[in-house]
Amino acid sequence: MEQRQQYTHSALPYFLLVPQIAIIAIFFFYPAAEAVYLSFMLEDPWGQSSLFVGLENYTILFNSTEYLKSVVFTLGFALVVSFLSLSIALLLAVKANNILHGKGAYKITLTWVYAVAPAVAGIMGGFMFNPHIGVFTEIFASLGWDFSLYTDPFDATFVLVLVSVWKQVSVNFIYFLAGLQSISYAVNEAAMLDCESDRRRFWTITFPLLAPTGFFLLVINLTYAFFETFGVIDTLTSGGPGGGTTSLVYKIYRDGFIGTDLGGSAAQSVVLLVLVLALTWVQFKFVEKRVHY
Amino acid sequence: MLALKNLVKTYENGHQAVKGVSVDIKQGEFIVLVGPSGCGKSSILRSIAGLESITGGEIHLNNRRIDNEKPASRDIAMVFQNYALYPHMTVYENLAYGLKNRGIDRDTIESKIEKVAKTLKIADYLERKPAKLSGGQRQRVAMGRAIVRDPQLFLFDEPLSNLDASLRAHMRLEIKKLQRELAVTSVYVTHDQVEAMTLADRIIVLNQGEIEQIGTPAEVYHQPASTFVASFIGSPAMNFHQAEIADGVINFEHQSIFIAEYAHLSAQTIQLGIRPEHAVLEPSKSGLSFSLTVQAVEPLGPNQLVHGLVNDKVFTALTPELHFASKQVLTLHVAKQHLHLFDKNGQRLQALAQEVAQAS
Amino acid sequence: MKKNQWLDHVILIIGALFMIIPIWLIFASSTHNPNTIISDGLQWLPGGNFTSVYTEVWNKSIGFSSDVNAKSMIINSMIMGLGFAIGKIIISMMAAYALVYFRMPFASLWFWLIFVTLLLPLEVRIIPSYEVVASLGMLNSFSGLILPLIASATATFFFRQFFRTIPNELLEAAQLDNAGPIRFFLDILLPLSKTMIAAIFIIMFVVGWNQYLWPIMMTTDESYNTIVMGIKQTLSDISQSSQPRYDHAFALVIFAMLPPILVIIIFQRWFIKGLVETEK
Repeated sequence: MEQRQQYTHSALPYFLLVPQIAIIAIFFFYPAAEAVYLSFMLEDPWGQSSLFVGLENYTILFNSTEYLKSVVFTLGFALVVSFLSLSIALLLAVKANNILHGKGAYKITLTWVYAVAPAVAGIMGGFMFNPHIGVFTEIFASLGWDFSLYTDPFDATFVLVLVSVWKQVSVNFIYFLAGLQSISYAVNEAAMLDCESDRRRFWTITFPLLAPTGFFLLVINLTYAFFETFGVIDTLTSGGPGGGTTSLVYKIYRDGFIGTDLGGSAAQSVVLLVLVLALTWVQFKFVEKRVHY
Repeated sequence: MLALKNLVKTYENGHQAVKGVSVDIKQGEFIVLVGPSGCGKSSILRSIAGLESITGGEIHLNNRRIDNEKPASRDIAMVFQNYALYPHMTVYENLAYGLKNRGIDRDTIESKIEKVAKTLKIADYLERKPAKLSGGQRQRVAMGRAIVRDPQLFLFDEPLSNLDASLRAHMRLEIKKLQRELAVTSVYVTHDQVEAMTLADRIIVLNQGEIEQIGTPAEVYHQPASTFVASFIGSPAMNFHQAEIADGVINFEHQSIFIAEYAHLSAQTIQLGIRPEHAVLEPSKSGLSFSLTVQAVEPLGPNQLVHGLVNDKVFTALTPELHFASKQVLTLHVAKQHLHLFDKNGQRLQALAQEVAQAS
Repeated sequence: MKKNQWLDHVILIIGALFMIIPIWLIFASSTHNPNTIISDGLQWLPGGNFTSVYTEVWNKSIGFSSDVNAKSMIINSMIMGLGFAIGKIIISMMAAYALVYFRMPFASLWFWLIFVTLLLPLEVRIIPSYEVVASLGMLNSFSGLILPLIASATATFFFRQFFRTIPNELLEAAQLDNAGPIRFFLDILLPLSKTMIAAIFIIMFVVGWNQYLWPIMMTTDESYNTIVMGIKQTLSDISQSSQPRYDHAFALVIFAMLPPILVIIIFQRWFIKGLVETEK
């Protein structure tokens, strides 16, 4: 019975929707459909003719050790980046929420990194760990770690993770802090009376109350690690050394844009699409209460 | 002046909120629609305003059919429950907005607002935004926005429900004075029976989309048309007990009493309605007496509510401040003119007028 | 009551240093002679070349064939950031207004069409998107850079959610006040959305400024380089040189970060509001 008052007007709402829908149709749906179509085709390198090859692009893909390596790297990388940036952010948010003085200053210093582009963060990381001028290379060397960003896949991955985490902590921090501040004062005081140990109180009261935020952030972080780290990878390692840091997105870009293997790249896109679908499904399961329609 | 003809409103989900309501409202009359939530009172008001389209029937204002016109062209103003003041506009801009949109020139708007501001005593804060006003002030501004347009009809949608009790009583009185002063026909929706009694020229009691009774406050109180009206109007609510009637003799609690006015009724089981304030301790010369076993007493200050059992059924009486012990048995008396009779469907059994009853 | 606060501060200070040190190192090193960097590595303390380096980078083309310098790239980034933010806001507000305030057939279809775009990030349709833009002749143009990116499910939901919190009675009052749909939007809804618009503007400006993948695909003409993608060119230029001008590269990095960082610090309240509210 409680229903929103609405205008009934014949043309206006369509006029309002047209720009959004047009852009979606031209730049989202058509290319996505095209990607699916291309994934079943073999195109000659000059793009003159194409041939329907069925699932061949997919079979090639899943038999390629290079691709599987990339899958393993991407999943591992995403999990490590998400876990580290979430835990660091949670720790900092709890501490920032706890203290009485200087909250504002910490809040600014811990959030401004949000504004740094992943590509720029990658470039900075490259300088920090540069074999010639990087201060950290130097420090590691004095500790006996023969650090080499451009030749050792592990070292390269290490820097990628570090830079990606550095870039992502701020977003998580903001959400966790907002989540902490939304826990009512009364609940905190009640907990204070019921439970003396700070640590116990955190794990039994605060942490469960933050769980929805944390879960939602996990999805955000995984998405970030899958997609947005493209800029970090491109500027820092270009997928090297030896393809050891090639993420799925980076591989699509390389194979399709630089390598012009359109069919293979399109098949990779479709696989990625399935991955996004899964992630979104998980997220939607979680937020459906909020996206109630 | 305002006529609703067989108004029907069915929502898209199939819920029939208004089931054929017809009423004629006279020029200058103050009509209060009252009923519990879901009775259709708001749907009727919003249909008159044009905020909801109607499913069937007609709405006429000053002999002009308006149910197909858009809200703004119906010449109606409305005061909303949450005031619905535009939060980003000053009081002045709030009052001016509707006039401006009707193409009225700046000077006219200014003089109109000045006049209304004086009437409502809001002249001092015309430049403030609604957030900076108290609840009562917002209420005045909301009324000002309605008045400034000089509409033919005022609609009020539970305008006092967001105010605290003392302010509500005060604003109630102000609304009444203002309405008398401006003499604009008004339709007022509320679920509060006190507001209905105090404000209305005529009350329309609604139940599940249908009219239960239309009448002056006195009629609705003294001659409720049904058990529904009887229990809705008056606080605390009327007590109902089963009784038998035959040839004008009412049998209740081993007692028989003859009332000539009801002699015309056929023998039947009835619902006997007694208002708490009419069950008194002093014996009346021609009335009903029965005993009440006290269970609890609620002091109200000037008097008290006595809850107890009459023949194992709950009964509430309003008595002067006296000490009663629990389980004490009181004898209560009701004068016969204070007895309300309802048939088994809850419809009022009408007494014949005294002279007629005596003549027959 | 609150003991051990010093420990909390120590942890927070370590966190803050973790955030600041990279940026500080780059800034301090940018003000040194490039030879110092080459021989001694990055510097912790600022040197004396601040003004000269930054004016040089601002005005002089570094590693580009044509007349492309920090100034021109920052202007491009500005256009990109502003166009991206404003475009998204306009388009999603319009769509959200239509979805919330109008009764129309297929309303849920439109909603789902917009919703589904969440499943299609640029990365999964990257090559075909490039081809669409190419076939429309929009490569190397601002419209090609901005237009394909401004459809936004997130921003549309953000405004849709916000419009739904606006009391329905305001619309009813406006209808009685003779305000039609357009007037209601301009006179009531738009002013009420001001802080929401500001919040989402901050976020979207930063996101637009930081776009990387799309611009490197879309632009081959250096005059359309944004600063974020332009640095990469400088970088490869530097790595090929025997006397790398690290100071120039560092200064460019600072230029690339400065505007969005300033925006976020100055409008911190709106920024946080926007970030927390968009994801609701």
